[in-house]
Amino acid sequence: MTGKVDRLDLFRQMYLVRQFEIACGENYSKGLIRGFLHLYTGQEATGVGAISTLGDNDYVVSHYRDHGHALARGVDVNRLMAELFGRATGTSKGKGGSMHIFDVAKGFMGGHAIVAGQLPLAAGLALAQQYNKTDGLTICFFGDGATNQGIYHETMNLAAVWKLPILFFLENNMYGMGTSIERVRAGGIDFYPGMATYEIPAAEVDGMDVLAVREATELAVARIRNGEGPQFIEAKTFRFVGHSLADGQKYRGQEEVKEWERRDPINVYPTRLLEMGIAKSDQIDQIKTEVDEVVAKAVEFAEQSPEPELSEIHNDVLA
Amino acid sequence: MPEITLRDALKRAIKEALESDPSVFMMGEDIGEYGGAYAVTDGLLKKFGPDRIKDTPISEQAFVGAGIGAAVAGLRPIVEFMSISFSLVAFDQIVNMAANLRYMSGGQISVPMVIRAPTGAGVQLGATHSQSFETWLAEVPGMKVVCPSNPYDALGLMRSAIKDNNPVFVAEPALLYGEKGEIPDDDYEIEIGKADVTREGSDITLVSYGYGMRPTNEAADKLTERGVSVEVIDLRSLSPFDIDSIVSSVQKTNRVVLIDNARRNGGVMAEVAADLQQCASEWLDGPVMRVGSVDVPWPYSRSLEQEVLMDADDVLVAVAEGYGL
Repeated sequence: MTGKVDRLDLFRQMYLVRQFEIACGENYSKGLIRGFLHLYTGQEATGVGAISTLGDNDYVVSHYRDHGHALARGVDVNRLMAELFGRATGTSKGKGGSMHIFDVAKGFMGGHAIVAGQLPLAAGLALAQQYNKTDGLTICFFGDGATNQGIYHETMNLAAVWKLPILFFLENNMYGMGTSIERVRAGGIDFYPGMATYEIPAAEVDGMDVLAVREATELAVARIRNGEGPQFIEAKTFRFVGHSLADGQKYRGQEEVKEWERRDPINVYPTRLLEMGIAKSDQIDQIKTEVDEVVAKAVEFAEQSPEPELSEIHNDVLA
Repeated sequence: MPEITLRDALKRAIKEALESDPSVFMMGEDIGEYGGAYAVTDGLLKKFGPDRIKDTPISEQAFVGAGIGAAVAGLRPIVEFMSISFSLVAFDQIVNMAANLRYMSGGQISVPMVIRAPTGAGVQLGATHSQSFETWLAEVPGMKVVCPSNPYDALGLMRSAIKDNNPVFVAEPALLYGEKGEIPDDDYEIEIGKADVTREGSDITLVSYGYGMRPTNEAADKLTERGVSVEVIDLRSLSPFDIDSIVSSVQKTNRVVLIDNARRNGGVMAEVAADLQQCASEWLDGPVMRVGSVDVPWPYSRSLEQEVLMDADDVLVAVAEGYGL
């Protein structure tokens, strides 16, 4: 998988995530999606770039802002939307919801909604990969908010002591819900230097640049497959929307949002592809048309899917 | 039949599993080089090596979580807490992850994992080291909880727990690790969710589990001396618990006392009592009586701790108050 990359496909994936999230927002307003809904809008380049480097035997572990990672991992867009609609055809048969997306066949291991709770789970998946002597690895996404949980330290230490094949991928979008990370973290907004404590190699990358993210991840993945133990990447990124659909964003100015929006990968990246002569504008347009249709059909699929049978309440409690 | 301790019975089940199934491994604090705080794992590191007997840092959340992840990936970890009180530190992982994952994933995930912990008071460890949180965990759907009272049950329940495809919490009464009992040589297992009628009788039913079985049996002996025919039931499993066996017994004896070695309030016996009230009240000649330890933080002083712990006399008082026996 490494080396060769379909640069146009990276755009397709990012655009799919963007359009999917827009559709989610619309259907949330209509009341067809309920609960908490956290959109990945603005952060597409991080998830798509990082996950594009992985192979079939690798695991992807995500947080509650998980739609983008799921789509980048190839989780079926129809079943994903159906899950958000709470329908029987959803990835978890409507029992999980937006924050709990799983597709084990794809190695997509959730969707975890207790901040930082997914870190040791990811370490355990990596432990199994190591124990079984596979060449697989686990990538674990988390946000800056997760770094202030005690389990963050515990997991970094454990992974380093056991040299686990795990890539810790920090999506630093500068805010834990409505709290700027600068207000609640000693030592500023850079996390990667702190990894020296654990002797975990760490790099910073521009999370708005899908190719840069991909390159940094490729390097880290190669090291892990080479048996060098856990690696850490910090992508500086930004969500253009509120923490959830319930967020009025009173805690930050529109100027800051606009500043980041100038670096929107959905606009910047295709322009770059055109300039580099890698794509023609009609190719970009065609991708957009196709993806728009895919998302529209996903909404249609979800809307037309049945509600779960009430007998499902008692299924899947125990194996 | 040879006699072994409860500690050795647990170790035998673990050792058998390590020998027969390469996906079984252990994690915990001081289980390897040190040999285990209660010596259950003593000698296993030497026999099975550090990949399968993994000493962990003092990071309960991380190693329980890592156990869950490994189980999700198809391994069968046995994770040890040094004390059930320390499980509180990792409750998020046990409840939000281990127990919920299967349901949240619509049945895509199973978590075949054993979590073991010594439980209970009685050796003057004070409030933070003497608790019995198997009662809290028994409420959580998506996992099972067992608590053996003797070496035979410890071996049979642990064998079943390791083979189970769900998270199983094994609460091990710390005061009973040295308790001896006879063990047959065959590879019997004990079904999780089934109680054991350990003594048959017709006048009154005493129900307990774990360490509570010791004062329960003492009380039963005294009642027998007085000519009372006592039926004793060992729950063995707290989740799911076997209400059917208790109801059957009550239909015969028409009298029941529920005995919990843990604090009385919110214990498993509260659930048993509620169920009995609902489905066996027409069979009962008196109130469903409950005995438990006093609802205070566990004190250190021996005299205070012994007073807080329920004992056989408390059981006899309940029998007398409830049924005049």
